[in-house]
Amino acid sequence: MGMTVGSGGSTSGAIRTHASRTRLIRGLLIALALSYVSILLLAPLAGIVWAAIKGGMDVVSETFARADVRHAFWLTGIITLVTVVTVTVLGMLTAWVLVRDDFPGKRFLNALVELPLAVSPVTVGLMAVLLFGTGGWFSDFFAARGIQIIFALPSMILVTIFISIPFVIREVGPVLEELGTNEEEAALTLGASPIQTFFRVTLPNVKWGLLYGMALSTARALGEIGAVLIVSGSIQGQTETATLYVFRALEERQEASGYVVALTLAAISILLLAAIETFKHRQSKEARS
Amino acid sequence: MSSQVIEGGAALPPWTARLRGLHLGRWGLRGVAILYLGIAILLPIVAVLLKGYADGFDKLRLALATPGAIEAIRLTLVTSAICTVINAFFGTLLAYVMVRYRFPGRNLLSAIVDLPFAIPTLVTGVMLVALYGPASPVGGWLKEHGIDVVFAPLGILISLLFVTLPFVIRTVQPVLSELDIAEEEAAFSLGAGGWTAFRKVVLPALRPSIAAGALLVFARAIGEFGAVVIVAGNLTGKTLTAPVFIFQLANQFRPEEAAAVAAILFVISFSLVLLTDRLLRRKPRKI
Amino acid sequence: MRPAIRVNELGKRFGDFVAVEGVTFDVEEGKITALLGPSGSGKSTVLRMIAGLEDPSSGEILLAGEDQTHVSVQDRKVGFVFQHYALFRHMTVSQNIAFGLTVRKEPRNKRVKRVNELLELVHLGPFGDRFPDQLSGGQRQRVALARALAPQPKVLLLDEPFGALDARVRQDLRRWLDELHRELGITSVLVTHDQEEALELAHKVVVMHEGKVEQIGSSEAIYNEPATPFVASFVGAANVIRGLVIGGRVQFGEQQLDGAEHLNDGDAAHAFVRPHDVLVSMERADGSSSPAVVEALSNLGWTSKVRLTLPDGQALTAQVPNDKLEGVTEGKRVFVDLRNAKVFAPGGRAVEPSDELAAV
Repeated sequence: MGMTVGSGGSTSGAIRTHASRTRLIRGLLIALALSYVSILLLAPLAGIVWAAIKGGMDVVSETFARADVRHAFWLTGIITLVTVVTVTVLGMLTAWVLVRDDFPGKRFLNALVELPLAVSPVTVGLMAVLLFGTGGWFSDFFAARGIQIIFALPSMILVTIFISIPFVIREVGPVLEELGTNEEEAALTLGASPIQTFFRVTLPNVKWGLLYGMALSTARALGEIGAVLIVSGSIQGQTETATLYVFRALEERQEASGYVVALTLAAISILLLAAIETFKHRQSKEARS
Repeated sequence: MSSQVIEGGAALPPWTARLRGLHLGRWGLRGVAILYLGIAILLPIVAVLLKGYADGFDKLRLALATPGAIEAIRLTLVTSAICTVINAFFGTLLAYVMVRYRFPGRNLLSAIVDLPFAIPTLVTGVMLVALYGPASPVGGWLKEHGIDVVFAPLGILISLLFVTLPFVIRTVQPVLSELDIAEEEAAFSLGAGGWTAFRKVVLPALRPSIAAGALLVFARAIGEFGAVVIVAGNLTGKTLTAPVFIFQLANQFRPEEAAAVAAILFVISFSLVLLTDRLLRRKPRKI
Repeated sequence: MRPAIRVNELGKRFGDFVAVEGVTFDVEEGKITALLGPSGSGKSTVLRMIAGLEDPSSGEILLAGEDQTHVSVQDRKVGFVFQHYALFRHMTVSQNIAFGLTVRKEPRNKRVKRVNELLELVHLGPFGDRFPDQLSGGQRQRVALARALAPQPKVLLLDEPFGALDARVRQDLRRWLDELHRELGITSVLVTHDQEEALELAHKVVVMHEGKVEQIGSSEAIYNEPATPFVASFVGAANVIRGLVIGGRVQFGEQQLDGAEHLNDGDAAHAFVRPHDVLVSMERADGSSSPAVVEALSNLGWTSKVRLTLPDGQALTAQVPNDKLEGVTEGKRVFVDLRNAKVFAPGGRAVEPSDELAAV
């Protein structure tokens, strides 16, 4: 609690005591904080590293030799890529509209952006089933055209998009707001078309916020389980993502490969975390200047 | 700074911020945004609400009549509440420590507390099982002493604590950084001890942001699936939570009943999220 | 000679709020025209409409004789300088200046040549590779100007260009802009609330208030022949004496002032007198001098501000050169002579004299 000031103690002894008591409290608080984080967050990380490697490095190579593991990662990659591209492009556009434009119902739209953050992933999967599964609102429409949504890739992509929507919008929006329209107007007066203005002026200015939002979406998309569990049908080798693979591996008690894949996902996430923190720092540094 | 054409006097409506010529047709861009959010977000939510309550409360009643349903909801609410209290405390503590103190590893700590945002919830569950499951030294030791983590409510609580840790920190930190330490120092000079100064000067200023963070924790916790489904064991009536219950209903081809229960969870969460935005009015994340 | 810009009955509403109404004026080729007015007078809105950054609700804008009222910003080829510079923060000074040429796909060597020309013109030669956040306010504004001039616009529009700068820098840049204009001769429209700036720089001043034009004229005309009470009180400091019209003169207390011929007997009137048109002396000069009591005296260097009270209680401020203040001290009874009074019927919102006189 602050650094120095003694409480008006008259003898130097009293002040010294207070100062050292303050240091003690400071030390205790830091220790308590660090302990909590270590026990809650770091210990489990250690746990999984131990569990995955316990069987020796062979387990690791065996796991990655399996076709279904490779396919699972590939599928995760595809879904994540499509999701991130979609929510970035549409999110950037939406953020621009929400900040710069005004029309009746805009506030409602604003509130909608927050919505996916409040929805449990199982509910998201459920939504897809209610829309595209048997008896769903659109099931006939797609069945008639021979397009399979549920228990196939499309629904998995759709639910992943749903849960990833808010991140880019929430990070880019405030930046756009802070920046104001001055630079964009200046560009227009100098003869730039709206597209030129967007790419040459607006985009560079929101760069860090955009990257931050993209990194968050990537992490979220990569880690999705609840919704895809419901819509995918978990068809091995076809609609099984990396997370779904881990789920099945644990259920079928072949834990070794499950742990390895989980650890791999954890490692990727930590890399993403580094990116997230970097972008976050750059963005707040720019915001401050 | 924003170039609103506000020349003193009356604040002009926000249309002045509109850039002529930057609209590809007035409704072009606007329309895309509306369609995007409308179809991607609004439509599915409406589907859940309608399908769940098309027959009034019948589906809900059916769902709640399922053995273990009521217990599941209660378990979810209780564990989420406990988690909220614990993480409100530790979140505030962490925010305080990171803002006010300098120590080696502070930046690393700041990064680590964001870990739950990056890590898949399923992997979190797996990590917790790896650490606390009977096969591990830690888990084994705990079991010997009668503490069950995996397949027990304690495991659920720990999962929730893990995934919700960042929320309070993130809402409190910015507010705390803006507070002038001079106020606390003034309190000291007037004779207040450390804790008193904190309680009377800092805490009142932090209250809205702590509350906002806590609400977010609760909203997030009641919907948690990935970690819980691995750790809890999902024993009906004992360690079955509401989201997992909804999952089971969906798997049993009872989607309308699932929707009925899911809608309740959703309404609670969304209300809390909206309330949070209001509490954080000082710097609204809303656009 | 056809005006470079003609603005005709221009109007702008935002919902129910009328920001600009019935604004008409011409801007001559090669000259600086100032739009002068307080905050909220609509002057920036008019400028932005000329640029194409706002759509007029009514009226028309002609640039070089052609109706450009609905032409897009990009196609109007006007140079615009913003109050807060609006430099592109992620581009260097050179890139900023080159922007108008870059988007027009000018070949590189031409671009570089033009950028260097302009850097020299604004005396920022060695700063080409710096970024805006490495420059001072005054430097940034010069870059903004160079950037606006690079694509050789026909018209230069400046929106309170020195408003964000501190007083000393503002003075320097004002002088510099004056010289620049003499050198380049580009038609310019300058929006400002600083009357000194307008009077010093502009060939013609358009005084605006609450969205309407109060008066258009040269600096001298605006200052010496204000057409409305607002102009009289806004441009230059002014005392307001309230009185009654009798026989073509304004009667206040025992005294009368010339200049009310245009009003009817019995009307109330406001007479505007500049502080430096108030002559103070120890003796009665002639029949029209009024007695007054000196309330306060402040020495301002080579002049002094003298606050007086007239017999009927009205307050008056005089600005008198120190060498004319023989014997005048606080509390003394003196005589004042009011020259060049501009008389108006009351009504029409004028700035309260006390605010303006405080600035003397």
